Amino acid sequence: MKWWQIGLLVCLVVACLSPLASSSPDGLERVAENKGFINLGQEAPFQVIADYLFPGIENEAVATILAGLVGSLILFGMVYGMAWLLKSRRAV
Amino acid sequence: MHIPDGFLSVATVATTCVVSAGGVGNAVRVANQKLRERHVPLMGVLAAFIFAAQMLNFPIAGGTSGHLIGAALAAILLGPWAAVLIMSCVLIAQSLIFQDGGLLALGANIFNMGIIASFGGYYLYRLATSLLGDERRGKLIGGFVAAWGSVFLASIVCAIELAVSGASPLAVVLPAMASFHALIGIGEGLITAAVLSFILVTRPDLCQLERI
Repeated sequence: MKWWQIGLLVCLVVACLSPLASSSPDGLERVAENKGFINLGQEAPFQVIADYLFPGIENEAVATILAGLVGSLILFGMVYGMAWLLKSRRAV
Repeated sequence: MHIPDGFLSVATVATTCVVSAGGVGNAVRVANQKLRERHVPLMGVLAAFIFAAQMLNFPIAGGTSGHLIGAALAAILLGPWAAVLIMSCVLIAQSLIFQDGGLLALGANIFNMGIIASFGGYYLYRLATSLLGDERRGKLIGGFVAAWGSVFLASIVCAIELAVSGASPLAVVLPAMASFHALIGIGEGLITAAVLSFILVTRPDLCQLERI
């Protein structure tokens, strides 16, 4: 196995830990609540995998893990592809 | 620290979108000149790692959580412009697919967590390793300091954007954002140092790539 394949596997393992994440509001949400401007926030005009829950799956932990796996693979493909296109064609 | 739509004024949205578009455009130009084949797999793996790690909110004080940003880690390993590209892709995917961070606020989120956090982290790391030496100890302490600083700086810029947008007065929102993110930054620092330590043990050559 190449090193980056192992690296990607590590990322997928990290994604599988996502149901353990704290569900408390993050720093910005906490400040927005405490300082009274959380209500300014607007809903997104469309939802794909909103709230990191893969749609159509009842079990929340499974839905979160699936969202994490899908997202990690999308990001790997997106950035690998972009970097491959941008890389210099000159001799290494 | 993903800003949703509605928090920022039209002027702030427009300004940050223009600045971030310029920054990302320049990142593409620099990467086109300096990116080599050996950078490509690490770019992809870091993007996947940052996305996955950003889902892992850890608790800090007062019923509040934080998560890794990852810009400092990417900037330390690959350089600030490469980090801007990685962070922009993560933030674009989070906004479009996962509804985390607003569509109109994307420019501000790329500016804060992409540009500010990457360049802040990168130059703090350079400063720290020039003072402490570029050995293992200097790299790990430098990584912690750079990561903490990247979160702190991003939260200050975020607070300024919220204040000029009229969401909350600067005297209120700046200390609140800075204090919560001073704590979240400790998590960022520990994760960044741990990942650097892991890479130094397993693949030290990945810490020797030309920075972009």
